[in-house]
Amino acid sequence: MSTATRSVPRTIGAHAILLTYTVIALFPVILVIMNSFKSRAGIFGAPLTPPTPKTFDLIGYTTVIGQGDFIHYFQNSLVVTVASLFLVLLFGAMAAFALSEYRFRGNSLMGLYLALGIMIPIRLGTVAILQLMVASGLVNTLTALILVYTAQGLPLAVFILSEFMKQVSDDLKNAGRIDGLSEYTIFFRLVLPLVRPSMATVAVFTMIPIWNDLWFPLILAPSEETKTVTLGAQLFLGQFVTNWNAILAALSLAIMPVLILYVIFSRQLIRGITSGAVK
Amino acid sequence: MGSLNIENVKKAFGPVEVLKGINLEVNDGEFVVFVGPSGCGKSTLLRVIAGLEDSTSGRVVIDGADVSATPPAKRGIAMVFQTYALYPHLTVKNNMGLGLKQAGTPAAEIERRIGIASSMLSLEPYLERRPAELSGGQRQRVAIGRAVVREPKLFLFDEPLSNLDAALRVNTRLEIAQLHRRLKATMIYVTHDQVEAMTLADKIVVLNAGKIEQIGGPMELYNSPANEFVAGFIGSPKMNFVDGARLGETAKTIGVRPEHLTVDPKSGSWKGTVVHAEHLGADTNLYLDCEKAGLITVRIFGVYDAEPGATLYATPDPAKTYRFGADGKVLK
Repeated sequence: MSTATRSVPRTIGAHAILLTYTVIALFPVILVIMNSFKSRAGIFGAPLTPPTPKTFDLIGYTTVIGQGDFIHYFQNSLVVTVASLFLVLLFGAMAAFALSEYRFRGNSLMGLYLALGIMIPIRLGTVAILQLMVASGLVNTLTALILVYTAQGLPLAVFILSEFMKQVSDDLKNAGRIDGLSEYTIFFRLVLPLVRPSMATVAVFTMIPIWNDLWFPLILAPSEETKTVTLGAQLFLGQFVTNWNAILAALSLAIMPVLILYVIFSRQLIRGITSGAVK
Repeated sequence: MGSLNIENVKKAFGPVEVLKGINLEVNDGEFVVFVGPSGCGKSTLLRVIAGLEDSTSGRVVIDGADVSATPPAKRGIAMVFQTYALYPHLTVKNNMGLGLKQAGTPAAEIERRIGIASSMLSLEPYLERRPAELSGGQRQRVAIGRAVVREPKLFLFDEPLSNLDAALRVNTRLEIAQLHRRLKATMIYVTHDQVEAMTLADKIVVLNAGKIEQIGGPMELYNSPANEFVAGFIGSPKMNFVDGARLGETAKTIGVRPEHLTVDPKSGSWKGTVVHAEHLGADTNLYLDCEKAGLITVRIFGVYDAEPGATLYATPDPAKTYRFGADGKVLK
């Protein structure tokens, strides 16, 4: 049985391909982290070698922590990402539930309309968004960023979640209705736990662009108070002189929170608790 | 306590009419089975009774009260689903108690009713388990228990045995029959399996293409079907239908059940060759290709040796032969 799928050359080949891909994918990240621990001369002299006792230097990290209010930037980024993520998942799931569960006139048109944002980049509307934020006095607030990112994340969330919610057993929802559960209870207690893996997928897809975004923080909230990490790192990027140590250190630090969030969500991808509920 | 009246119920999904005017009366304590081929509207009708679908027109009356606009939880019904539909995050006990808890029943009363239901269905050892830790048969018993604890006016079963394997299906069928006898409650049961319908029902409702073809007791449907559809649907193997013109009869179609044919190697009405023989032990099904009647099935009780290719004569029992007119209705 195992001869067909487990020949040695095949295994070696598969691993070689996977390992090559892993190296290519991780190379830039490792390069950044490696060089963030080196002195300026070390970075320029031999960018590809790991830090040696001679080139090892924490100057980047001390600059980042000493200069600029980096802890505060981190806090801003986290607040914006977590709040937008929460709103995207909540409203996305609710809209998806309505689209997949209820028959009403214009259901599929509404679905198309809500998914339109996947095809049209939100940045096309930057000028209008800026005018809107100026008019409503939200410029230089985190609320502005949260609102924009919620709008940016919703289309994909609605699209993916409504597909998954269609697969949740109708019988289960109907059993809840017969037992007298409200539609909200059915949504939060019966349906959401069953689509948790897809919620995690949506969370990962939504979170990374928000965390990494430079465009909207630069335009809508560039004040010292509301700077995000990506915007804060620009501090070290000058027209004539660039403080590479500090930039690399800032970027290495910026990877951490998003990595932690990813680990949290990917644990949710493991199904199991929910299997066996129906059938 | 638990009569049901359905008055001219129609249901359409857009331009598609699924129920074309259903009228039905179910008396207190009756076990009624809706049976029909897939897509005939039997599940939709059950959902309309439950309140999970609104009817396009017509009334649903439970115990004399018009419930057409009442939400499912307030109709005094309980439903058992094909896919069990247990709440995955709750234990067996909480699964059974949730409906009562929502209705504000005191905890002691919930406890008492769960006790009765779980002993009735031998579920006591599993009360603290979650649905994922139960087998298919146990899950369906929990689903039935969840219906029992609500002490409803009306039990609704939506193909509850379809997901179980053959042996378990027979056991669960027996349990449902015993449950009906003990509770003396009104039950409505949907199935596409005519064996389930025949074994469980006090009254069978045969549905086809959104209309009721015939209502009657199991033996009534078997012995005097109103039309060709009911005659073909009730009974297994299926009734043989022979073109009347080929037999020189005035009726459009002649129907004979496989068990109402006898065979003889020497003489008889219809000469034919054996195409295939199925030996089931208790009885034998022969497939004969007859000169006059075409391909027919004959059911012989006991063992009968017949090789494919052999010539046999089949003779229908004249007292148990049905004659159908051009419109499919039985000719008297």
